[in-house]
Amino acid sequence: MELLTLTAQFEWILGKSNYWASTVLLLIGLHAMISKNNLIKKLIGMSIFQTGIILFYVSAGAKHGAQIPIVHYGHDSHESHDKAAHAAEHAADAGQQVAEAAAPAANHAANHAADATHTLGETLYVNPLPHVLMLTAIVVGVATLGLALAMVQKVYAAYGSIEEDEVLDAIADSTADSTVDSTVDRTVKGTPEA
Amino acid sequence: MMDQMPTILMLAPFIGAVGLSLLAWRRPAAAMPVVFGALAITVLAAVLTLREVLANGTITYLLSGWDRLPERAAGMAVGIEYKIDAFNALVLVLIPAIALINALYLRTRLAVECAGKEILYAILYLLLVVGLCGMVITNDAFNLYVLLEISSLTSYALIGIGRRRAAHATFNYIMTGTIGASFFLLGVGYLYIQVGTLNIGDIHEALMASSELRELASIKVAAMMIMAGLWLKMGLFPLHGWLPNAYRYAPTATGSLMAPLVTKVMVVVMLRMMVSLFGLDYLFAELNWRPVIVGIACVAILAGSFFALAQRDIRGMLCFLIVAEVGYMVGGAWLGNEAGITGAAYHVLSDACMTFCLFLAVAAIILRTGEHRLSAFRGAFRKMPVAMAAFTVGALSMVGLPPTCGFFSKWYLLIGGVEAGQWHYVACLLISSLVNAVLFFRIFEIALMKVEVEESGSFDVDALPEDPEDRWERVPVGTIVAMIVAATAVLTIGLLNRPIASFIATWIGQAVEVAP
Repeated sequence: MELLTLTAQFEWILGKSNYWASTVLLLIGLHAMISKNNLIKKLIGMSIFQTGIILFYVSAGAKHGAQIPIVHYGHDSHESHDKAAHAAEHAADAGQQVAEAAAPAANHAANHAADATHTLGETLYVNPLPHVLMLTAIVVGVATLGLALAMVQKVYAAYGSIEEDEVLDAIADSTADSTVDSTVDRTVKGTPEA
Repeated sequence: MMDQMPTILMLAPFIGAVGLSLLAWRRPAAAMPVVFGALAITVLAAVLTLREVLANGTITYLLSGWDRLPERAAGMAVGIEYKIDAFNALVLVLIPAIALINALYLRTRLAVECAGKEILYAILYLLLVVGLCGMVITNDAFNLYVLLEISSLTSYALIGIGRRRAAHATFNYIMTGTIGASFFLLGVGYLYIQVGTLNIGDIHEALMASSELRELASIKVAAMMIMAGLWLKMGLFPLHGWLPNAYRYAPTATGSLMAPLVTKVMVVVMLRMMVSLFGLDYLFAELNWRPVIVGIACVAILAGSFFALAQRDIRGMLCFLIVAEVGYMVGGAWLGNEAGITGAAYHVLSDACMTFCLFLAVAAIILRTGEHRLSAFRGAFRKMPVAMAAFTVGALSMVGLPPTCGFFSKWYLLIGGVEAGQWHYVACLLISSLVNAVLFFRIFEIALMKVEVEESGSFDVDALPEDPEDRWERVPVGTIVAMIVAATAVLTIGLLNRPIASFIATWIGQAVEVAP
């Protein structure tokens, strides 16, 4: 009983642990992207940052004890009724064990199971849309990472380093010494011409 | 056939890109014909769509026929929806048209600047057009994010394909761009969790219908994140760090495609988010962000102008002018009255044309003289009259002299500033115009007066390109045509100011009417 009141007090952390986790990941990633000197470490930060967002979306679509969202065609009604009822029971069990926030949903699910026939009630299956969206976002993340790695290779080929300060020094040197890279960068030298 | 125009518009460059990658991998000669063909079809489809919109009003296109749910299920959209209203249709013509005209210039540079990568460059070029058009046409928030990433990824590659310094500039752009797009995605996630749909129109209706929803902190956070993401992407000061180097070190044809289009399309997306997603009532009546954002825009205008004044590199100067122009448009949009938003939307069109004009002319001049600094303009009026004529038109438009389009869009922005009582914004616009005048008349002075220096042969030898064969004896015909068309567009959009402004006003009016 005391444990329950304790968990109720910290409901704003425990009940939303997924959001807290994704926020922490976002901040870690952002920190690495901004403050790390090594280009590869910056990219690792970028991956963590994107993973934080993926976690945010995926956890938003999840429900305790819910099934995959596939409608059972070709089975007799009895079987699918059993499945639905079983899922609802499971949901109710899970709901009591964890934070109270989940309980109303589980009760609702249990009520719903009574009249579930051919299709599953909306509380019995997870929302598939965020997961599908994140498949696309993961693909985008992979493409970005690949492109960024290619750019790091190009930077290394040009300046012989992947430490940002050394790269910037090399760029400044090549600017000052115009024979090295004469066409590219003449802004800093800036001889008065007007 | 007519009602399929929105998809044909999107598919033509996409099929062109896929076809090139599958069939023409080892045939660089195929690159340019496919680019021209695909973009010509896109322009044609966009013009037909515009005509349709003018005749019959807004087009709603349900992709692959996924109908909306029946009324009892709240009538929500299931699939992706395209929505083309008056303003979208105009921008949709503008994007492929600029890409097509720029391809005339690209044709002469492709084999020189991207030797051995012609096909890859052409594929990326077409995909960038797909991404940009898609962002304007789609009415689905997540689809918008995907297309935003498509256009970002292609533009990273189009920049990174360039010279030695381009690699590091691209890396910075990737970092900033990813943060921007991720913030946008996070904002969309907040909206989705609260509202339960991704369709921009449905989200807007839900927000309008329920005042509880509007008061939620998470909707405000969503608005903040979406705006911050878009500002990063468009390079609003102080988030502009990636922009100048990326556009400057990119291949010249990339610069003249991206500088006019990418930041401007981001402004279009911001305007759509403001007008069609959150709604002006919500943004200006319930959130009081206007003073802050107009203030940031003012700083952006001043900073962009003065940084531009300090540049000795011509393209660097133009890049900082873009930073200032982004300030114009964001400030105008957040003035929150009709004149301000009309000005911002109009300025999207006119700024795209004049930036395009300036970048083309400057690229021609740099390639002809081999100089990157302002001294390249010595005697330019006599040596390359067409390029300088185009440059002059673009420059006068930047300064804001009639009858160029820059004057009229700035006029609406000024009226908006006065009506909203944001005098510091008005002052910044005027100061920036004066700085632009100083900037460009200094160049005209060099171009007209410093002829003898050039004749005495005191050219800076270091400034010649690595490969002397790279220098042009004359400007190719394609580039001349491109410059003439761009300069004509600047003047035409200026002369058609009345229909365009009333057009945009109708668009805003329709968007506001939808809101109860």
